Amino acid sequence: MEAELKTMTTKDKLIAEFESSKNSLFDNIQLREQALEAFSKQGIPNRKSEEYKYVNIELSMKGDFAFSSSKKLSAKQIESTQFLKDAIIVVIENGKFNSESSKVNSLPKGLQILTISEAVSDESYTKHYTKYADINSDVFIALNTAFASGGVFIHLAKSAVIETPIHIIHISSVSENTILNTRNLIVVEENAQVQFVESYETVDLSAKSFTNTLTEIVVEANAIVSHFKIQNECELGSLISTTQVVQKGKSVFSNHTFTLSGSLVRNNLNIVLDGEHIESHLNGLYLTNGNQVVDNHTLVDHRKPNCNSNELYKGIIEDKSSATFNGKIYVRKDAQKTNAFQSNKNILLSDDGTINTKPQLEIYADDVKCSHGTSTGKLDVDKIFYLRARGLSEASAKKLLMHAFASEVLDSIKGMEDLHNYLEERISKRFE
Amino acid sequence: MLSIKNLHASIDGKEILKGVNLEVKAGEIHAIMGPNGSGKSTLSAVLAGREDYEVTEGSVTFNEKDLLELLPEDRAREGVFLAFQYPVEIPGVSNVNFLKIALNEIRAYKGLEPMEAKDFLVRLKEKQKLVELDGKLASRSVNEGFSGGEKKRNEIFQMAMLEPKLSILDETDSGLDIDALRIVAGGVNKLKSKDNAIIVITHYQRLLDYIVPDVVHILYNGKIVKSGPKELALELEEKGYDFIKEQVGA
Repeated sequence: MEAELKTMTTKDKLIAEFESSKNSLFDNIQLREQALEAFSKQGIPNRKSEEYKYVNIELSMKGDFAFSSSKKLSAKQIESTQFLKDAIIVVIENGKFNSESSKVNSLPKGLQILTISEAVSDESYTKHYTKYADINSDVFIALNTAFASGGVFIHLAKSAVIETPIHIIHISSVSENTILNTRNLIVVEENAQVQFVESYETVDLSAKSFTNTLTEIVVEANAIVSHFKIQNECELGSLISTTQVVQKGKSVFSNHTFTLSGSLVRNNLNIVLDGEHIESHLNGLYLTNGNQVVDNHTLVDHRKPNCNSNELYKGIIEDKSSATFNGKIYVRKDAQKTNAFQSNKNILLSDDGTINTKPQLEIYADDVKCSHGTSTGKLDVDKIFYLRARGLSEASAKKLLMHAFASEVLDSIKGMEDLHNYLEERISKRFE
Repeated sequence: MLSIKNLHASIDGKEILKGVNLEVKAGEIHAIMGPNGSGKSTLSAVLAGREDYEVTEGSVTFNEKDLLELLPEDRAREGVFLAFQYPVEIPGVSNVNFLKIALNEIRAYKGLEPMEAKDFLVRLKEKQKLVELDGKLASRSVNEGFSGGEKKRNEIFQMAMLEPKLSILDETDSGLDIDALRIVAGGVNKLKSKDNAIIVITHYQRLLDYIVPDVVHILYNGKIVKSGPKELALELEEKGYDFIKEQVGA
């Protein structure tokens, strides 16, 4: 058996794992079997896969992996990952909801937080779960749908306004190589307002973790949702993070993705604007160094008229690291009077770093305003000289300029002072 | 204070300065005038330490130190200030924050503690007033979206904040209307003392009505070809640069 395992491909191993645990562990078997089939059809991406050609997934998933971990961190270790002063804390430790460390008792009126297993009989949950993230569109959506366990379902009732942010902390702390498939569903009903922070942390990690996380977010009419992703993993952590969003009329959704570390990070952010007068904001900042690989894929799908989307992704690439930005914007035939803007700017600090940037606009309507721009350069020598001529050392001039470059994305965070301060500090430290 | 001897400098192998000699003492204002392409801006760039220029011969001594050996930031820390002809816009860097860092790095170089926040604010207010710089401009990103006049005023504001020993004003008058010129010149005059010196580089005599020089030098074809009292500037204005060309037989 052992010899057999060694010759099995990662894909075969995943299929075998599914077969052996499906009866004991999983609910919703039919849906999962469909997802596994979709996974099997697509296979693990390799360098020839158009959508994953800049991230070496095969390498990250090589070797033997477990699918869960019984390791438990201390309350103190978990607390170390909390950076917001006042937040509703949801801890997902090694892919499982940790009720002791989470602070979800006495929630504000209109807010409901359930584990996925508690939610299976919830009407809203069954109405929305897996309805947006299409298992045939992406292999990691398929994989996640087949294996998903341990995440949370968050529901905001109509017109509920939650002023305290909800902080979902994903922590990996495994001691043997593990693949974690975490799934969350967030449903924000009409006219409700909420802010989510999802952070990805590794604590006391002694083996490789490969986290394939998927969050579906439903933003109903007139709702206002801010979603922040803070990616803080160590060099043993690989992360595939998919956010699938559907927005209804007159809603506002903002996503801010900050990738500060991690060996491999792939973000798939897909937003469907399924209504009129919708506003979508996509802001991203990635700071890469060492041998890090960071890949941001975004998709903004304008399906109806009179909507606005605005996207700004910026990156600073150091050492031998590599960053990819691929931003797709679809403007469908019906989506007249669309305003869609996209910008990707990069600073390449080393000769060995790589940046791949690919804006993709597909426009089928004729009365629209769309633009995209991309730039990649080194730090401006004239600016450095100007600052040095005022007495700043070359190092502090560069630090100041990098900070200024990053601050455009940072300052897009409104009304979340302690998150802003936390990121500000992290980013400043990074440039020291 | 400043002693330039037989300074030769080139860019991309082309010699621009061909043996400049200049002595500046504390308390003096020197004007350097010259036609376009005579090497005025090259001289200021070389003094500030711009790396694109190569010094091929000669020496520059500033308060007994070999200026050419120093990094640009160390020249600034020793007290050399260049008011740029074309100040750079730096989005995302606030004027105030950048000046605080500059001031404290200069102080650290001299072995001094960082400036107290309160003292910094007092100085900020005082110097803003000196160049009539709107408080809003002072707190905005460095030169971002500033008009030409505001940029020049911001240069003099920075000069006021950093209190240099030697200030080099590189065509600070270019692009200034007469009101802005008066304000900028007024600021410079208020900053003048017996302990510091100012080099005013200009194409036109106009600025020298407001900042009155002790000595006027004419830079032509990479050399100082004539020096004289402030009346030399008037003569030059009247007769044009051709008269210099004739005199030096070019």
